[in-house]
Amino acid sequence: MIEGILVEGLIYGIMVLGVFITFRVLDFPDLTVDGSFPLGAALMVQGLLLGMNGWLALLIAFIGGVLAGVVTALIHNHLKVPNLLAGILTMTMLYSINIRILGNRANVPVLDQDTLLSDVSNRLSGIIPDDYILLLFFVVVSITIKLLIDLFFRTDLGMTIGAMGNNEQMVISQGINPKTLKTIGLGLSNGLVAVSGAFAAQYLGFADVGLGQGIIISGLASVMIGEFLIMKSNRIGVLTFCALAGSVLFHAVMYLGRYYGYIIKMTPSDLNLIKGLLIIILLILTQSRKLKMAAFRVRVQK
Amino acid sequence: MIVIKNVSVTFNQGTVNENQALRDINLNVREGDFITIIGSNGAGKSTLFNLIAGTIPPTTGTIHAGGRNITREPEYKRARYIGRIFQNPLLGTASNMSLEDNMMITYRKGFKWLKRSLTSKMKEYFRTELLQLKMGLEHRMKENLLMFSGGQRQALTLLMMVLSKPALIMLDEHTAALDPKNAEIVLELTDKFIREYKLTSMMITHNMNHAIEYGNRLLMMDRGEIIFDVSGDEKKELTVEKLIEKFHELRHHGFENDRALLAE
Ligand SMILES: Nc1ncnc2c1ncn2[C@@H]1O[C@H](COP(=O)(O)OP(=O)(O)OP(=O)(O)O)[C@@H](O)[C@H]1O
Ligand SMILES: [Mg+2]
Repeated sequence: MIEGILVEGLIYGIMVLGVFITFRVLDFPDLTVDGSFPLGAALMVQGLLLGMNGWLALLIAFIGGVLAGVVTALIHNHLKVPNLLAGILTMTMLYSINIRILGNRANVPVLDQDTLLSDVSNRLSGIIPDDYILLLFFVVVSITIKLLIDLFFRTDLGMTIGAMGNNEQMVISQGINPKTLKTIGLGLSNGLVAVSGAFAAQYLGFADVGLGQGIIISGLASVMIGEFLIMKSNRIGVLTFCALAGSVLFHAVMYLGRYYGYIIKMTPSDLNLIKGLLIIILLILTQSRKLKMAAFRVRVQK
Repeated sequence: MIVIKNVSVTFNQGTVNENQALRDINLNVREGDFITIIGSNGAGKSTLFNLIAGTIPPTTGTIHAGGRNITREPEYKRARYIGRIFQNPLLGTASNMSLEDNMMITYRKGFKWLKRSLTSKMKEYFRTELLQLKMGLEHRMKENLLMFSGGQRQALTLLMMVLSKPALIMLDEHTAALDPKNAEIVLELTDKFIREYKLTSMMITHNMNHAIEYGNRLLMMDRGEIIFDVSGDEKKELTVEKLIEKFHELRHHGFENDRALLAE
């Protein structure tokens, strides 16, 4: 059970890192995610069915996600469409595109196919206990991605993207076009989301157009749980770690809801309600904590 | 250097809210000028800056910089040679980043790539430059800017702008949001930097004494027009009384809050 929660938490954690980039670093609430997650799943599964190398299929899924993010950025930048609406537009279009990619089907299984995961399992089987192979694999994968993101946001370009989310005028004053930075940020974020979708499809054994439904809410809840873990920090390494940890905790809560919810007469369809309530509770908690922190600061200054 | 020809700006043209903020402005900002600008609220001072910076386009007329027509150049491109500081100290720096990261982003204009320039050599350079501010900020390089006062942030914005050596700097009441002591410090620094780096500058202020004391040229604006443009010896001999008298002579209505201004 614990390995299951951890593996799921880490797979979806890659998506949470993407959501963290748009919502927190760029300050751009991007809803493309609900479409780019199943896009990654669809591209991966079709790639495998075509007999492609797994890593190549993953790369294509990543590129597909990047393009989805770029489309949202272009709609927002050039048509002056508000960010939420731009994301919804891309997400809606992706629904049709994903079905096309899956060959006009809503669900395509990969159970008999070799996947990256089955490949890894075969190689490590016997060396590591079977139950822990996937866990180890996803720890390595998610930490590597986390470290790469940390590295990116320590470069000049990454730092400038961070500054833009905080103060767009400052970036303009530096002679940089914020539209370019938004395009890069959204591309990166949705690329990560698609990679997460690609892994999720292999883990679940199928790609489904409905896979992304409400995924943005899970992502946001995870980001918020992560933030709740640690007092405010401006170190990117701490923040990305919190995003991953938040994802694992979120999946633990969902797991409990799914398997033990019956005790309080909960059904699986109640989970969406739970996710929403979780976000509302977190909002209230963070707000009251912010107020307390502010009060504390005032007292210290006096 | 910056030449503005027959520029008018009309907001909400063709609606009931139509408002002509600038009327047929002609202005030649010469290299080395330090221009102070005064005028009542709504006179069009900030609109003039927005126009030069490229935040808003002119309704009619043209703007040239160094002989080049920049009327249609976007704001972010002009920012490479025009530096600007706003009244709000938060607009110049990023609150959720450290001082050194902020300095890294602002020390050089233009697109940033995937390299990491914040080396220890760079930090050392920033530290020595910070000494000029005499605020002890050189010991706080890793601190979040959220922890800094408005005056410290404004001084930092000023320093970073100066280091990027813009052809023109524009200051829009950049000390108005600070307490009197900090306002004085930032203004002194401004004057020092402008002299030392020989910067062409424009400064909007509501304080007539400052407008007279600083700079080599003074513009008075009213209802979208530049009604008085004085430089050289004539500027040196100005007093607040003379300015207000001049205003009454040129316009037949009172200087909106001349008493309040005189009191400063
Ligand atoms: N973006 C805008 N849209 C519509 N009207 C505007 C806009 N910006 C300025 N105005 C109007 O243009 C006129 C000039 O405004 P401006 O901000 O340039 O005045 P100002 O001289 O800077 O005044 P203050 O001393 O109060 O800062 C005002 O009537 C103002 O309401
Ligand atoms: Mg103004």
